[in-house]
Amino acid sequence: MSNAIEIKNLRVTFGDLHAVDDVSLHVAYGEVASLLGPNGAGKTSVVETLLGFRPPTSGTVRLHGLDPMRDHAEVVARTGALLQRGGVWFPMTPAQVLELTATYYQAPRSASELLSLLDLDRCARTPWRRLSGGEQQRTLLALALLGRPRVLVLDEPTTAVDPEGRQVIREIVRSERDRGCALLITTHELDEAERLADYLVIMNRGHVVAQGTLDELAGSPEMIIELSGAINPTELAEVLDCVVVLDGPLRVRCAVGSTPERITAVTTYLTSVQVTMVSLRTRASLEERYLELIADERSGLRQ
Amino acid sequence: MRAWWAQTRAEVRMNVRRGETLLLTIGIPVLLLVFFSLAHVTTSPTPHRINFIAPGILALCVLSTSLVALSISTGFERSFGVLRRLHVTPLGQRRLIGAKIAGVLVTEALQVVILSLVALALKWHPRGGVSGALEVLALLILGSAGCAGIGLLLAGRLRAEVNLAASNGLYLILLLLSGIVVPVTSLPAFVQRIVVGLPSGALADGLHRVLGQGLGPSKADWLSLAIWAVLAPLLAARTFRFD
Repeated sequence: MSNAIEIKNLRVTFGDLHAVDDVSLHVAYGEVASLLGPNGAGKTSVVETLLGFRPPTSGTVRLHGLDPMRDHAEVVARTGALLQRGGVWFPMTPAQVLELTATYYQAPRSASELLSLLDLDRCARTPWRRLSGGEQQRTLLALALLGRPRVLVLDEPTTAVDPEGRQVIREIVRSERDRGCALLITTHELDEAERLADYLVIMNRGHVVAQGTLDELAGSPEMIIELSGAINPTELAEVLDCVVVLDGPLRVRCAVGSTPERITAVTTYLTSVQVTMVSLRTRASLEERYLELIADERSGLRQ
Repeated sequence: MRAWWAQTRAEVRMNVRRGETLLLTIGIPVLLLVFFSLAHVTTSPTPHRINFIAPGILALCVLSTSLVALSISTGFERSFGVLRRLHVTPLGQRRLIGAKIAGVLVTEALQVVILSLVALALKWHPRGGVSGALEVLALLILGSAGCAGIGLLLAGRLRAEVNLAASNGLYLILLLLSGIVVPVTSLPAFVQRIVVGLPSGALADGLHRVLGQGLGPSKADWLSLAIWAVLAPLLAARTFRFD
């Protein structure tokens, strides 16, 4: 079976600007992939090309094995999309727009079921212009879910959404994945990506900086220790017999995996220098890896 | 068909609820009808001014609804991201444009009824009989298709604010140059020669001939309207942008 989403060597240019430069990725049915990157990284250009807003300058994009420009009608019937800058007629309420949009699909989900699912019951009769940012975003997600899509493309789905709303969106993403839907989510909110995605693609300045699972991106095992006071990293390096670097005034990163013996050794050393261990993590967070990768890429460009 | 029908109903509902659209499609035409039929500020080719003004105002209804209101509302739908969202649904461009044109025709039917009642109250005596009514219907449909095509052509390419200015500017120019309230014979000779080439000019001329003089529309009226009705929507469909 073909991948739900298949992007190969995609290039998108606007005049002299290379918005997307040689991007390749694929997402299988039942998988969540997250496209990460700072503003202007090219994430939205990838999404818009994938959804048939414009043809690729070069390379290929396929949704359900179909060309989103040539086979647009067939593609959108099986795909749900939440777009940045996607809107609804101002006087319409969530209930009205869901009922209207349901008529576009052969076998839509029930509007009232989606209103409940996305916690929109209370504002179901409120005109669009009077909805909060989070309510508007959840309405757009409800619209994306109406046609029982096999692929969901969500461009910054948690923007302007409060913590409760984020929780609702997370649950929906998980349940859609569990029923076999492929999801491509763009975001620059790393904690959301860390919680939801099976596969991550980090973009900067139009191209892919790194991609892989969370474990793959996190790199080699290490011990990241937050401290109550300053220590000499050379001494700790001798204790652990590995490279230890200072990562801020009260944090060290030890290039070795965590074992009970090593933790005991660290604790003994810290007691001897009268410093307390505030926290210990055994791998870099996505945010740390992301910032490292983006910084490496920028310094590479400068050289 | 179900999607098109639902979309058409939604378009009509939004048209009749939007205050600025109502002003443009009902308020201004009624005001112009009453003003130009009572005030002697322009010449009139008929002894009773209302018999000249009323057919012209019916042409104005088409202009205001099919071209200006449709263009402005569609332009803002593009600006507010409504069209972007519709692009990723199965509604499709043809059904959307079809629903918009159908919505316009329904709105125009309401306009024609209201303005005809106001005109009849001002002692309008339309001519043409039953065959004339059918000709009027055909003229209105062709004129609407042509004007809607122009409106969607503007809305599909220009930024909302630029489109707003362009549509209103075009409205004013066509109002003055199409024989709607100012008789064509009062216009400069070179303008008189191009009036029938304008969709609003051909429409106003056809309506004046049928309702004012009891004649049929001229061949030039039919030809001009038919060309606009085919070419403008086709061009709009080819160039329409969703974002």
